[in-house]
Formats: sequence, structure tokens, C-alpha cells
Amino acid sequence: MMQFMLLFSRQGKLRLQKWYVAHPDKLKKKITRELITTVLARKPKMCSFLEWKDVKVVYKRYASLYFCCAMEQEDNELLTLELIHRYVELLDKYFGSVCELDIIFNFEKAYFILDELVLGGELQETSKKNVLKAIAAQDLLQEEETPQGFFEDHGLG
Amino acid sequence: MRGLAVFISDIRNCKSKEAEIKRINKELANIRSKFKGDKTLDGYQKKKYVCKLLFIFLLGHDIDFGHMEAVNLLSSNKYSEKQIGYLFISVLVNTNSDLIKLIIQSIKNDLQSRNPIHVNLALQCIANIGSKDMAEAFGTEIPKLLVSGDTMDVVKQSAALCLLRLFRKSPEIIPGGEWTSRIIHLLNDPHMGVVTAATSLIDALVKKNPDEYKGCVTLAVARLSRIVTASYTDLQDYTYYFVPAPWLSVKLLRLLQNYTPPSEEPGVKGRLTECLETIFNKAQEPPKSKKVQHSNAKNAVLFEAISLIIHNDSEANLLVRACNQLGQFLSNRETNLRYLALESMCHLATSEFSHEAVKKHQEVVILSMKMEKDVSVRQQAVDLLYAMCDKTNAEEIVQEMLAYLETADYSIREEMVLKVAILAEKYATDFTWYVDVILNLIRIAGDYVSEEVWYRVIQIVINREEVQAYAAKTVFEALQAPTCHENMVKVGGYILGEFGNLIAGDTKSSPQVQFELLHSKYHLCSAATRALLLSTYIKLVNLFPEIKNRVQEVFRADSNLRSADVELQQRASEYLQLSIVASSDVLATVLEEMPAFPERESSILAVLKKKKPGRIPDEVRDSKSPQPSITPAVPINSTNNTNSSSADLLGLSTPPGTIATTGNGLLDVLGDLYTTPKISPNTVQQNNIKKFLFKNNGVLFENDLIQIGVKSEYRQNLGRIGLFYGNKTQFPIQNVHPELHWTDLNKLNVQMKPMEPVLEAGAQIQQMLTAECIEDFTDAPVMSVSFSYNNVPQKITMKLPLTLNKFFEPTEMNGESFFARWKNLGGEQQRAQKIFKAQGSIDLAATRTKLAGFGMQLLDGIDPNPDNFVCAGIVHTRIQQVGCLMRLEPNKQAQMFRLTVRSSKESVSQEICNLLADQF
Repeated sequence: MMQFMLLFSRQGKLRLQKWYVAHPDKLKKKITRELITTVLARKPKMCSFLEWKDVKVVYKRYASLYFCCAMEQEDNELLTLELIHRYVELLDKYFGSVCELDIIFNFEKAYFILDELVLGGELQETSKKNVLKAIAAQDLLQEEETPQGFFEDHGLG
Repeated sequence: MRGLAVFISDIRNCKSKEAEIKRINKELANIRSKFKGDKTLDGYQKKKYVCKLLFIFLLGHDIDFGHMEAVNLLSSNKYSEKQIGYLFISVLVNTNSDLIKLIIQSIKNDLQSRNPIHVNLALQCIANIGSKDMAEAFGTEIPKLLVSGDTMDVVKQSAALCLLRLFRKSPEIIPGGEWTSRIIHLLNDPHMGVVTAATSLIDALVKKNPDEYKGCVTLAVARLSRIVTASYTDLQDYTYYFVPAPWLSVKLLRLLQNYTPPSEEPGVKGRLTECLETIFNKAQEPPKSKKVQHSNAKNAVLFEAISLIIHNDSEANLLVRACNQLGQFLSNRETNLRYLALESMCHLATSEFSHEAVKKHQEVVILSMKMEKDVSVRQQAVDLLYAMCDKTNAEEIVQEMLAYLETADYSIREEMVLKVAILAEKYATDFTWYVDVILNLIRIAGDYVSEEVWYRVIQIVINREEVQAYAAKTVFEALQAPTCHENMVKVGGYILGEFGNLIAGDTKSSPQVQFELLHSKYHLCSAATRALLLSTYIKLVNLFPEIKNRVQEVFRADSNLRSADVELQQRASEYLQLSIVASSDVLATVLEEMPAFPERESSILAVLKKKKPGRIPDEVRDSKSPQPSITPAVPINSTNNTNSSSADLLGLSTPPGTIATTGNGLLDVLGDLYTTPKISPNTVQQNNIKKFLFKNNGVLFENDLIQIGVKSEYRQNLGRIGLFYGNKTQFPIQNVHPELHWTDLNKLNVQMKPMEPVLEAGAQIQQMLTAECIEDFTDAPVMSVSFSYNNVPQKITMKLPLTLNKFFEPTEMNGESFFARWKNLGGEQQRAQKIFKAQGSIDLAATRTKLAGFGMQLLDGIDPNPDNFVCAGIVHTRIQQVGCLMRLEPNKQAQMFRLTVRSSKESVSQEICNLLADQF
């Protein structure tokens, strides 16, 4: 089971965090801080897995962003790497050549896509098509709504 | 939401941390006033502000308002508003928040929606929070959604994982009964996504209740077989870079690891073996793509298959094939693969079937240890060398590890030192080699040699006469180096103090030379070492009266007699007086050679286990590589163990002050002195199983948090064991999860009933275990209980009081038949005998009480000597009954016992004899 997933930049800025275990906020912050420092200190050719406290950390860097998952001991490391890759593929497909800025400005979408892929720390749907279909259905619902924000957004409200 | 985008841009444009905080505070004030203002906000505005709050929170700032507005969004009829409300709640709300009660109604409404997208939103929220309240509120609804025929596939997937999350919190929500088979049959679902989600759920259910869900094995094997034989076009979008359904394959392989062996049915077993072979064959095929995703997915399945093979540990050819495959990976270009191959081989090394095959890769592994660029890979190589070490390759491996230690990373040195020390001790056939290795360790990595390591070498030298002269000579030579590590001075000081006389004949190491050599290091050492050296000096006075004057001079020196350090001052003045006042007889008695230490598990091993819980391979190979036979242990004089002043005089222990700063309850050689049981994560506790030899009820384990009591009863070859878990604290203990391990799987069968994972404050709950003795066995099962207290994971490990004697049926018989049987059982293969020293003074009444609780019938008036005890009993096992006779003869003068056990089966005689030895 995945315990948490973190996305952070090369500068150590946290871009997304998703926790599947209940920790107090203080502990979450501590873990995040320590793990980011640990991962950033590693060199490029190093192994993508590390034993860290009582979890197994699997991480991979895509351009300026690190994707980092904390798994339990019996989880499969290589497949966790591919789970990260699948998530990146989904983001890429949805945003069209995703970059860090897309995730910053549309963090809620990044969450929604992750929720379709992983639920409660377990992989839910591995088919790229099915996940994108689910997200498309959500977007459709949103478009059908009256574009109430239109006027406000353009300062007419 | 333009406002949000503007805000995010503003934050990104902030030049400094201060500017960012200022901008955020401004926004927070704005939002607060909007929320508090009279004007009612519409859904869009609420959504926008809630989203901004969420963004601020994700930047790392605390958010203490806005929750109610988010809750309001849940009941919005606009999906986008609802979705943001749910997101805010799942990111910001903790499981124990009062808010949860407020949102349950909204979730209920959405669960009943006809729109599957709304239903999924609700399910995702439940799975994200997964609190007890939620389990109560939705415990009946979600299982229905999962198995109902009308539910859409996407909803089923979410329902399965949602249920899994709630099950982890409150295991009782799974209905059981007819549901079991319906849940298992989800493995047959035509939709791959449903199967993938359901497999995770079933895996958790199986862990809790393996018997009830046994039916899943056949289905899982069938499904796996269909996947591994599928071509990559068959599964369409579930094929990942030409690998058919890797995630589902891995989950199925994991599921099968819950059973040993996965199936008794030959058909299923055969089919599984075919699957595993197919996976191996595919690994040999040329890759269908050059992309790393292809090889990762393919190898992920392969590694999981190997895990299953290791878990089953029964098919020699598969194990060897796994080993060869991993051997190829050892020289792969990908660091990740090398890392995993080393890790997986570590497990293979502990199987008797593949141990030899692993050893073939020794050279490559040694190269990995030396050449890998990544320290975590080097660490794996060290672990593997440790696991693959046995009598045949110990010298070479230890040599290589020593050589590598000179340049090894600081982060792994301490652990390597422990490993080298353990291997050297375990596989030493010649103890001079052992002494050399440890002295080399100190020379190369003195700073990383912990107290336990040098205590241990002294323990061993003291207990083994044949190595004492060699040890004295070697430390003497080592001390001649111009710079030597303080640990070397300690070992040297101790050993020369005890055995310096053995090398004093040589003029090059005459008493004067020995003393001056040691004393030349004195001024460079810490107070603790100086204290030890002072003790050495007085011992030298005893061994060599001719240097008395010179030593007295040292004691008298101001730096000692008036030392600012109280301990040194006291030692100097007391030793000085002792050397003046005492006659040579008294001196010889006071400073008599140290008695041998009691043999126990190497204290170093305990340290290593503590450092890396769960990563020290179990000793599967004990039969092949026995511990070096140790000279019979003479129990240590009790005053040495309990009376600290006498121990101090002997100078082995450092003063309590020093221990307290470094001490964390490690077992040192005088361990009983300073052990301080501390609660730390992953405490490994060894309870004294021996006391349960003679009784069935009592407290098995206790610390500040938890008490585990046991009550058991046995009939024939069956036993019922009740464990009582008591929470001693004011807070609930969570995720209580006991697990059993034992090696004699086919000799002893133990089933554990599931138990509540939560132990409320002050509460006690009971768990039942049933045991069946199939054949006589030696190893009692080890139970490890993991739980979390205050969110800190804890682990306790203890032996279950389940020993062979529990399956005794007492047998009455008269003297005539006793002696007739005794004589019949006179063969070499039937007898076992041990002579051992009494624990204290011999107490016949106490011995009698103990024997009465052991399980055999005490037979009075049979032995002509009234002090002797004879007993008879039958050991019940499923496959046979073994009659067993026992005679225990106390010898009051010598304070010794002689124990003889005779039975029709050699292993039974041995085991009963081993159990009873040293017990009286």
C-alpha cells in the first residue's frame, strides 16, 4: 500500500502531496522536509529506491519535478516506478506536454487525476484510456453547468 | 477561476519569503471577511475562496477556517463546486475531526445518486478519510455496491478499494458468510480494472482470515495463467508497454504469498508452476521494446514471481532458476535491477535449496560491494555477503569485508563491523583466526567498534583456554604500533592483565616491557580506559611481583592518586593499599583469573537485530552450519553479575556514568547490570520461555504499554492457547497485528484466530490459538506483535510457550515395568544424557514441583535412591505416540544434576533432554 506521494521541484518546493495514512500535520511536515532533503541529495545515476525509516521510497525525476512515493516493505519497487510513470503519462495527455507550471496552476486537476489512478493507497485503474475517460466525464459535467464565473472572471460581476 | 490564477501568479512573483507571507496574510484576511460578511456568497465564490485556501495550505501554511464553507459546497448541485468541496475535505480534514459527522449526510446523498460520477466522488472521499465513523455509517452500503449486479464497473472498482480502506480501520465491517464467495468471485470479473481493485481487497481479507478465503487460490492461479499466456494485444489497454497486465499479475502473485504452499491440489499447483516457468521463459525472450518501462514492468512481474518461489521454498529447480536469473541481473546496466537482484538473492541465500547456487555469484557480489557507485547498493551487497556466508567461504568473505572496511562509507561502517564480528565468531574453526579478525577490525575501524564487539572478544578469549596465549601475544604486538585505537588499548589491557603471564617467558615481552608498553598509552586515553588500565596494573602486580614497585609508583602519581576523576582516584588509592597491605595469597585470591562467562546468544547479534529489525536473515541453515561447539559453560559466580563493585574491580565494565550516555539497554557482557528496558520503536523482546516449561498460564510479556498473558490447555496432540492482550495506558493501542513464524511448519500446526486491531485504553482482549503437534518438533513458534501507540509503530517479538512437553500424557507404571522399558530403550539412538550444574543450591522440593508441571508422571518409590526422580509419559503427535522415560539424579556434593531421557525416538529424547537441562 502506498503511504503517501509527494511531488516537489529541484529547489525543494512541494508541489503536490497526497497522504493515504493519517498523520498529524506536524509529522507530515517533518517527513516531507526530511524526505525532500534526502532525495535531493542523491546523485542522478543512483538507485531509485531507498530504505528510509520504515518505508520504502521510490522516486523518479521528470524534468524539474521529482515524483516520490513511500511504499510498504512488501510492495513491488519496479512497478511503483511504473505507477509514477503512468501518472506522468496521464498528466501529460491531459495537459498536453505537461510542465511544472500546469501542476501549480491546476493543482486540483492533478489531484482529481491521481484519485482516479490510486484510491486509498492502492492502484485502482491501470488503463490510461479509462482514467482519461473518467476525467473527461467530469469535465463534461462542469461544462454543462452555467458558466456562472464568466462575468466575475472578467470583472463584470 | 481567474481569481485563483491571479493569486497563484502573485505568489510566484514574490521576491522573498517575507513578501510571500505578506501576500498570503492579505488574502487570508480578504477571504475571512468575505466568509464573515453579511452578503451571502454564491457557490462559485465559495468554491474560489475554498480553492485559494487549499492552495495556501499546500504552500505549507496552517488553515484554521473555511471548513464550514467547504462542507456547504458538498451539497451544491453543481458538480464542480461539489468536487472542490470534497477535495478540500480530503486534503485538510483529519480522521478524528468533528466535521466528519457533518459531511456524512452529504456523502450518503451522493452515494445514492444515479450518476456514477457522483457516487465515485463520495467513495473517493470515504476512502481518503477512512475514519471509524465512516465505517459505521457506510459499512452496510458499500459491500452491497461492490457485489450488486447493477453497479457499474467504475463504481465497483472504487467500492472495492473504499471497502479495503474501511476494513483496515474496522475489520468487522466485512459481512462474511455468503459474501465471502461473492467477493472471491470478483477475481473472475470480465473487467480487468475491477479485478485489479478487488485483488487488493481480497489480499487484505485473506491476511485476516486465510481459511475462509482459501477459495481465492484456484481463481487467482487461473486468472494469472490467463494473463501470463496472453499475447500483448489480448488485453488491450491493460497491456503496459507490451507487458500484459503487470499490476494485476503482481497483485495476484502477492495474494498467493499468503498461503504456504498456495495450494495442496496437484492441478492448481501444476498450473502455478507452469505460470512461474512461463514468466521465467519470457524474461529470456528478446525485449519487445527498448523503453525502460517495458523492462521494468516485465521484471517487476519476474521479481514478484521470485518472491513467491522463495516464499514457498519447496521447488528446488525453480529456486535455482531464480538464482541464475538474478545472477544475470547482477551485472545489468540498470542500478535499480542490480539493487533488487542483490536484495532478492539475500532471501535465496537463506533457503537450503538455493544457498549453494547463490554462492556461485560470490565474486560478482564482492565486486558490487567494492565498485558500486551508490551506497545503498553497496549496502545490499554487504547484506548478501552476510547471508551467503557459511563455513566454506567465511574466511574469504570476512577477509574481503575487512579489506573493504578501510574505505567503506561512514554510514555503513558500524553495521559492517558488527557483521564481520558475528561471522568471524560464528564460523571460526580456529579461534586464533577469530582473534586476528577482531583485532584487525579494531585497527581498521576502531571508531565503529562498539563496546559489545570488544566485550565479546574478551568473553571468548576467557572461555577458550587454547587461544589465550595467542591472544596475549597478538595484542602485545598490536599495541606496539606507534598509534593504536583506544579500543585496542582496552582489549590489550584486559587480556594482558588476565593472560600476560603466558607470554612473560619471552624477554621481548617480559613483565616490565608489558607494563611499560601499556602505560605508554595511558596518558592518551579517556578516563574509562584509564580505569580499566589501573585494574590491569594491579592484576600485573599479582602476576609479576617483580614489577610491584614500579606499579606502586604509578598509583602514587599525583595524576592518579589525586586525580580529579573520582573513579580514578578511588581505584588508584584502593589498588595501592591492596598492593601494600595484602599478602600474596590474598592478592592471588582477590585477583583470581576471571571465571568463564555463561554462553548466550552473541550480544552483537542482538545489536544487529535491533539495528535492522527484519533484515537479518533467519537462520534456516542451522543444520548445515552449526555454531562452533563451545566449551561447557561454567555458570558465572553470581556476585559478578549482581554486585557492581566486584565487577568494577575486575575492570571490565566501564563506569555506569559512561554507559548511561551511550547505553540504550543493549546486552553487554555484564548486561544484567545496566540493562534499561526502554520503549523504542520496534523493540525486540525475548521473554523467558523457559519458565513456561513447567506451567501453562502466566504473563508472557509486559512493558509500559502492553501486557500479554497466556492461558493454555492441551489434550493429546492438540492444544488451545488463549492470549490476553491488555492495554496498560490511557490511550487506545491501534493496528494490533500479531503474526506467527516457526520453522517446523510440517511438524507443528498453529492457527490464530483473528482479533480486534484496536485495544482501547485499559481494556483487555482475548485471542485464541489452536495448535496441533504433527510430529515432534524443536522450535517454538515466534510471535511478533506489531501495533501503533501514539502513531509510533512498535513491535514485540517473543517465543510462544509451545514446547514439545506440552503434548505429554502422564503415564503411571510400577517399578517392574519401568525398569523393563528402561532396559529396552538402551540403544544409542534412544538415549540422551546431560550433566549440568545446579542453578543455585539443590532444592529437592522445588525440583519436584517443577517436574510435576512438566507434563510427565512423577513415579515415586521406583528409584532405590529416594533423592532421584523418575518420570514417564507419552508424547502425542499426529503421526505417532512416543513413550518417554526420564531420570534426574541430583548430586548434592558437586551441586550437579545428571539427566537421562530414554524414548523410542532419538529426536524426542534429545529434545526433552534439551528442554530440561539447566532448569534446576
